[in-house]
Amino acid sequence: MSGAGTPAPGTAVPLHRALGVTDFELDAIVERLGRAPNDLELAMFSVMWSEHCSYKSSKPLLKTLPMGGEDVVAGPGENAGVVSIGDGLAVAFKLESHNHPSAVEPYQGAATGVGGILRDIFTMGARPIAILDGLKFGDPSSARTRHLVRGVVRGVGGYGNCVGVPTIGGELVFHPSYAENPLVNVMAVGLLETRLLTLASAPGPGNLCVLFGSTTGRDGIGGASILASATFGAGQATKRPTVQVGDPFAEKLLIEACLELIEAGLVEGLQDLGAAGITCATSETADRAGTGILVDLDAIPRREEGMAPFEVMISESQERMFATVLPEKVDAVLAVCRRWNLPAAVIGRVTADGDITIVTGGLAPDGSPNPGALEIARVPARALTSDAIVHERVAQAPTHRRNAPAPGVPEQTEGGLPERGMDPGAVLQALLGDPNLASRAWLTRQYDATVGTDTVEASERAAGVLRVKGTRKALVVATDANARVGLIDPWLGAAMAVAECARNIAVTGARSLGVTNCLNYGSPERPEAFWQLQEGVRGLGDACRALGLAVTGGNVSLYNESAAGPIAPTCQIGIVGLLDDIDTLVRPQFRGPGDQVVLLGRSVPGMAGSIYAELAGTAPDDQLPALDLAAEAALGRLLRAAAARRLLRSAQDVSGGGLAVALAECALWGEVGADLAVSVAAEPAVELFGEAPGRVVASVAPADAETLEALAAEHGVSFRRLGETGGDRLRIRLSGQGATGAAEERGAGVADALDEALSALRDAWERGLPRALGEDVATPPPAAEVR
Amino acid sequence: MKVGVVVFPGSNCDRDALHVARLAGAEAVPLWHEDPDVAGADLVILPGGFAYGDYLRAGVLARFSPVMQAVKAHAAAGGLVLGICNGFQVIAEAGLVPGALLRNASLRFEHGWVRVSVERRDTPFTAAIPAGRTLRMPIAHGEGCYFLPDAALDALEADRGVLFRYAAPEGNPNGSAHDIAGVISADGRVCGLMPHPERAAEAILGSDDGMLVFRSIVESVGASTVGAR
Repeated sequence: MSGAGTPAPGTAVPLHRALGVTDFELDAIVERLGRAPNDLELAMFSVMWSEHCSYKSSKPLLKTLPMGGEDVVAGPGENAGVVSIGDGLAVAFKLESHNHPSAVEPYQGAATGVGGILRDIFTMGARPIAILDGLKFGDPSSARTRHLVRGVVRGVGGYGNCVGVPTIGGELVFHPSYAENPLVNVMAVGLLETRLLTLASAPGPGNLCVLFGSTTGRDGIGGASILASATFGAGQATKRPTVQVGDPFAEKLLIEACLELIEAGLVEGLQDLGAAGITCATSETADRAGTGILVDLDAIPRREEGMAPFEVMISESQERMFATVLPEKVDAVLAVCRRWNLPAAVIGRVTADGDITIVTGGLAPDGSPNPGALEIARVPARALTSDAIVHERVAQAPTHRRNAPAPGVPEQTEGGLPERGMDPGAVLQALLGDPNLASRAWLTRQYDATVGTDTVEASERAAGVLRVKGTRKALVVATDANARVGLIDPWLGAAMAVAECARNIAVTGARSLGVTNCLNYGSPERPEAFWQLQEGVRGLGDACRALGLAVTGGNVSLYNESAAGPIAPTCQIGIVGLLDDIDTLVRPQFRGPGDQVVLLGRSVPGMAGSIYAELAGTAPDDQLPALDLAAEAALGRLLRAAAARRLLRSAQDVSGGGLAVALAECALWGEVGADLAVSVAAEPAVELFGEAPGRVVASVAPADAETLEALAAEHGVSFRRLGETGGDRLRIRLSGQGATGAAEERGAGVADALDEALSALRDAWERGLPRALGEDVATPPPAAEVR
Repeated sequence: MKVGVVVFPGSNCDRDALHVARLAGAEAVPLWHEDPDVAGADLVILPGGFAYGDYLRAGVLARFSPVMQAVKAHAAAGGLVLGICNGFQVIAEAGLVPGALLRNASLRFEHGWVRVSVERRDTPFTAAIPAGRTLRMPIAHGEGCYFLPDAALDALEADRGVLFRYAAPEGNPNGSAHDIAGVISADGRVCGLMPHPERAAEAILGSDDGMLVFRSIVESVGASTVGAR
């Protein structure tokens, strides 16, 4: 059984180690096979047992997440989570990372990230209807970051725009920990008729296996094991050949062909080819169905000559699909592929023996190997997938660490920020112009947000909203993370991300249906990084349980480290919500003059992890705001009840930049100012710029204000009147003992108000991001950067 | 009236065009790129997208497809043709309307809402648009910078070939000559424009101005059908 090709010739290192398989893991492979693997089999194990494919470090943690729910049609383990929205319709959605490829080749890395997550959606029979991107980069003033930002944004746009799926939301975050290891997390959402739900399985011995889409080449060889599952060292440029190359045109044809095959009932199971290519698609589908697959290696269409068997089996060439088909339907399947100009071939058949068997020399018409055919690999499907190795990693909390206080526990706030002399208006301008909070127009202009004629709202600072044609319903989608808090307390960072994302859904009046996530952490082999992952998963689970949310799927990306250190622990959350009547949709911006502005939810102290603290550079890391999940749940119930009764004129979540930034966004987006008063107990910076969770800025018609106040009391949610909309300035008077004192020091005897013209705030907000990226109006991008 | 929407491999606004044509009260059918005829359609829409991947140059491969020979014959016989975005690029490459669409001045893909003024109301595409009304619609393209040599541009203006122009407050998003957003053929039967009227045909999506274009077409076809009888 030799002659299968030698993956790493001319090396003194044993082959298994060269492929990233440890000695311990090799022993586990021998144990499962009852013999030593040959080179091809070893290559198959190396990709399937990579962290990326096997979840070998995270699996024990992920089992603790709450997964069931009344709306859940398909949960973790499938290509994407699926939730019902009634009327025989369902939504498929998932978040996935493409961090490491994007660090090496930002355009292709991001583009193929979009392509991969879209395939997870339409594989299930859902038409993709939205993309959201969660992007994290280092300091925007560095040349490397700018190169990465431009490449990634062009890649997301280049792919999404071409396949015709609107990009309607996301996050763009700058934090120094991402400098060498950016995060590219992409969420895709699809709509399907529940009856067409198609699973990634290969049932029915005797059925035929059809591979269609692009041909198989040498691109992306070992991407899962080499790129996605190891820490970057020096010389990462040599890994460029392992980055896959995307072809959105081929993907568009694939979408239409797959949906046509599913609609016509021509396939028994469908799986896209991503990491670990044909090896992964065959073993996962067979394992799910309890079958085996006999693969005819020679039948696989290739794009280049002389490929070794292991290259064919682990190639990550993009835009390919693997279908299980009844023999009598195979001609119809091939005809659909021909119509869409997609190469297609029968490459094997389903068997009952539970093995993935690879032969060269072809199969006879009865499906058995030809006389003289050579069996070059035979591995139990489950040994590659569900029975893959699981590592018990060691977790170790850092010696110096701080936790958030329990809700309701009064917090020490002395000795924090240089309050006196603060000019709140100048701080607000600085925050609005900060690249983390400024207008995302520089980026969103590069994304088609309106293709599909369903986009009601597209926003990178609030939820995206899509109407569902033929119904009165709307889908509300959002993605959030909180790296700054996660860096100090990974439990709180993850839980706050869930709370914020759920709040972004709730402010529209919608009900959250399910949660997807992308866990971006460092090396699980480092106890402190594994502890961060453990804490993040615990925070995710705790928050989901408290808010009554089911986790329907997700993705884990580990080894996000570079020579400069690990990234901030980043639990990216994605939620899909449902609004039964689109007429009740509440939008974030102020609607006009004369409305009452109110703050729903209680402010608590704690500035650590805020953008203000980062700008001021002073907040000690033990002053994190408390997260009260029960209050968060009550706030969500209040928002849905108020929206259903049409009490809200607008609602916007308070998060990055705090209350003042949320108010400024409502005013800027609504093009109407406000005259407000905030009473300041201790520190004005905490009141204005603190990022304590559980708060929403709403506006309400004066006639409805009392009703809303009563409803808030009924739900046990704090209700504070702040003032009234109107004019073309944002004015926030500060009352109480904690006034800033700047005016006082000048002898005025009263506290300074925040009083800024909307035009000035708009200027800061609009120019912030281009300025940070060195592309302020006067400086166009260098031509060589543009594709 | 009957609308045919051409589906090239890579078209991605074909379903949107079918949806809105039906909203406007028309019968609407897809036309496959290999079809030899336009199935008796009164209006053929060439939708947005990336026909044949826009390889080589936007629209250049599409013009050689079988259905485009049928579309040319349909136009030559006085049938209506509407090219939107990539469809505009295709009919410009095919010579059904004058001009070429170059890379945007920003050298980037540009998405956003724009406003266009309506330069003529005596056409089947604009007859139902009230005087003085500008249209608010999205754009989404990388190659929408309208170009003609100066002399040809003057001739186009003199022949009243400009149908839509980018207008304040957003203004010209892509560097098009004379702020041109859409043009019409000399015989007034073929129109191409970069903005997407089909994405602005329902108030819930932010604007229903684009429906005025579809309503104009439906009314003018209805009128000519009545006249023919």
